Amino acid sequence: MKIIAKDREGKTVEIEGRDGWTIMEMLRDAGLPITAECGGACACATCHVYIEDGWYEKLSAPSDGEVDMLDMALAVQPNSRLSCQLTCSEELDGIKVTLAPE
Amino acid sequence: MTQSNEVATPVETDVAIIGAGPAGLFSVFELGLLDLKAHLVDILDRPGGQCTELYPEKPIYDIPALPIVTGQELTERLMEQIKPFSPTFHFNEMATALERLDDGRWKLSTDVGTQIVARVIVIAAGGGSFMPKRPPVPGIEAYEGTSVHYAVRKMETFRGKNILIAGGGDSALDWTLNLAPIAKSLTLVHHRDGFRAAQHSVNQMRELVEQKKINFHVASVKALHGEGGQLSGVTLSGHDKKEWQLEADALLPFFGLTMKLGPIAEFGINLHENLIPVDTTRFESETPGIFAIGDIITYPGKLKLILSGFHEAALMAQAAFHICRPNEKLRFQYTTSSSSLQKKLGVS
Repeated sequence: MKIIAKDREGKTVEIEGRDGWTIMEMLRDAGLPITAECGGACACATCHVYIEDGWYEKLSAPSDGEVDMLDMALAVQPNSRLSCQLTCSEELDGIKVTLAPE
Repeated sequence: MTQSNEVATPVETDVAIIGAGPAGLFSVFELGLLDLKAHLVDILDRPGGQCTELYPEKPIYDIPALPIVTGQELTERLMEQIKPFSPTFHFNEMATALERLDDGRWKLSTDVGTQIVARVIVIAAGGGSFMPKRPPVPGIEAYEGTSVHYAVRKMETFRGKNILIAGGGDSALDWTLNLAPIAKSLTLVHHRDGFRAAQHSVNQMRELVEQKKINFHVASVKALHGEGGQLSGVTLSGHDKKEWQLEADALLPFFGLTMKLGPIAEFGINLHENLIPVDTTRFESETPGIFAIGDIITYPGKLKLILSGFHEAALMAQAAFHICRPNEKLRFQYTTSSSSLQKKLGVS
């Protein structure tokens, strides 16, 4: 599957997503400037992304823990998610994400 | 001793450690076995670093011999393990300056004026200092300290002010409740009509809204207006992108903490992409006498794991010994068999 990721300068890159890994891990490994301070424990809100172009609705709903943790994110929008809580799968092939400001 | 013009009297020790996370704490143990005393400085109010600040309740599965342990438990066990060496902790302090003295020792200063004079500095600062998250509002820096505050030091500062609080956690709710009685007006903004704060605080806040004593808006701060660091108003933006202005002379954003390298970047140590390159036989930076371990360092093959930090602490201690005790011979001993080590640990 592919992830279409836009960085904070507006540059778009296409990265390969590995099944079962999180989108945060893919963004980080691709060298995008995502802090992901807690390493994927849904404990810091520094892997915050916006899900673009209708992809938000295709994702399973965020857990209570993620909704709570998004309160600690900055510039939250209705399409905000924490990328450490999104697992790569074929259904998400082509998903578009934008790094949120930090 | 080198003369000092400072008012505060420096404390002297063998090793000053910046950061009281797992790597910093275990350093106390490894240094202690070699009879080296340590002082630790940490910006947080308790030991554990990320482990207790970010994920105290989350289980960790990759600590050798501890199949499952939470960040909180790991910290408590480390504290127990280093207890025989009675380290001195300087909590709620940020290491702000490092200076080399004429006699070759280092003087580490903190933001509250503590001065520690030590032969060896160990930087175990992980991702850096935990600092409040700054909302991405253009020009916010200009208002910080005068109108934008990330903590409440003195409530009186806010008496009679038009206060805007942003956030939805316990800090945001607690300060909403505490400042409401003394504010001229108080508005809370949060990106949703739901809170991660304690339920009774949320209930109390909603009561105040009902009684029209405070306002609550589902919105975020879009722009700040004012002059010379003095805030006069803000532009808020709702989810429907509707924007409106609000009178405000104080903004209190509460979005938790994030790690920033902070003053360590000014210590004159060579950095590579905000990490400290070290020699992996000694875990010393490119500045002799300044060691670094844990997540803040880089070397070929580096893994940001707690267990790597422990290994790095052990090797650092051996090298630090030679700097602290240049005329003594270091004898490598095991805690299982050495009666002198067992004596230090208080078990024999």
